[in-house]
Amino acid sequence: MNLKKTFLPLINPLSKDNPVIVQVLGICSALAVTAKMEPALVMTVSVIAVLALANVIISLMRNTIPQSIRIIVQLVVVAALVVVVDQVLKAWNYEVSKALSVFIGLIITNCIIMGRLEAFALNNRPWPAFLDGIGNGLGYGIILIIVSFFRELFGSGTLFGCQVFPDWWYEAGYQNNGLMILPPMALIVVACIIWVHRSINKDLQE
Amino acid sequence: MENLNLFIRSIFIDNMIFAYFLGMCSFLAVSKNVKTAFGLGVAVTFVLLIALPVCWCINQYVLVPGALSWLGEEYAETDLSFLGLIMFISVIAALVQLLEMVIEKYSPGLYNSLGIFLPLIAVNCAILGAVLFMQQREFDNAWTATVYGVGSGIGWLLAITCLAAIRERLNVQAVPKPLRGIGITFIITGLMGIAFMSFLGIKL
Repeated sequence: MNLKKTFLPLINPLSKDNPVIVQVLGICSALAVTAKMEPALVMTVSVIAVLALANVIISLMRNTIPQSIRIIVQLVVVAALVVVVDQVLKAWNYEVSKALSVFIGLIITNCIIMGRLEAFALNNRPWPAFLDGIGNGLGYGIILIIVSFFRELFGSGTLFGCQVFPDWWYEAGYQNNGLMILPPMALIVVACIIWVHRSINKDLQE
Repeated sequence: MENLNLFIRSIFIDNMIFAYFLGMCSFLAVSKNVKTAFGLGVAVTFVLLIALPVCWCINQYVLVPGALSWLGEEYAETDLSFLGLIMFISVIAALVQLLEMVIEKYSPGLYNSLGIFLPLIAVNCAILGAVLFMQQREFDNAWTATVYGVGSGIGWLLAITCLAAIRERLNVQAVPKPLRGIGITFIITGLMGIAFMSFLGIKL
């Protein structure tokens, strides 16, 4: 067993098999929480936690779950984990939890989680499943961070809430682009990422 | 009047797809041709129509703090709101299962054309999203919640049908290679979102 093969589930989803831009999963939350970097980061951490744990739990139970009710079992496991994350977030950082509003709850229906449970955790041992969860969570997070970086930088002129452009820029006539904060621009930024990514990885083109 | 206002708002201004990005996954995956897209839209609207009043009642009589007081004095303090997510997702999953059985029995044609996407309605975020928004906005009665549900469903139906129609035309266009397929669909959805924003600020 060589090292590279062991860590394949961790490395693959970062670029070649990215959950957002290649598998097209989990778009809803990826677009809705990226107007600022801080909620995007919190969302990333929450999704990594839920995904890794859910993958391990389902992988441990994979031989005992009957085929016909597996969707409900998966939903209940994920929902229980999401409730824990939701409560922790409310206690620890109420402001951000307010800003994310319903999107923490929507981690339950995040297709990345269901997709990975179906495609990977049901057929693999807990350790690779754990790595797969972390890897896909990170792949999701990378896209979230890139999108929110551009949206916050050009939309509000800040990063993590700190002003980036000096005051004299604004006095010289520079203006924040309000369009970037609006939700539709998130789609267009993701489309640009896909464009760049597929220009580099030619084998992904349709 | 208030309900009509809410109905129109939820179709155009608070459109599930273009204002909140909910239900994107199936929106992008099933929008390859108009017929299937329309069928899925109707199914989603139907699930929303039933799920919202049911979840409203659960929320009102079981979950909110003090909701259990109808059981007796000793339950007046109980706060079960942390169970919300699990309750709602179970209701939705059960409804979808039921709907699947009904459609399979009475309309095998529609059942076959929807295929795998029928069970996937359970994980369509537009439905759980509408339920959570309903909980957040604290509607007064089940009727308002139903109106909101139908409105959101029709908004979703409208969006997916429009996108499917555009994508059917796109098949014959010369799109840059790396953008083909999913890339151009993202851009078009973005542009449609900007177009839908022209409804913003309309007061009814």
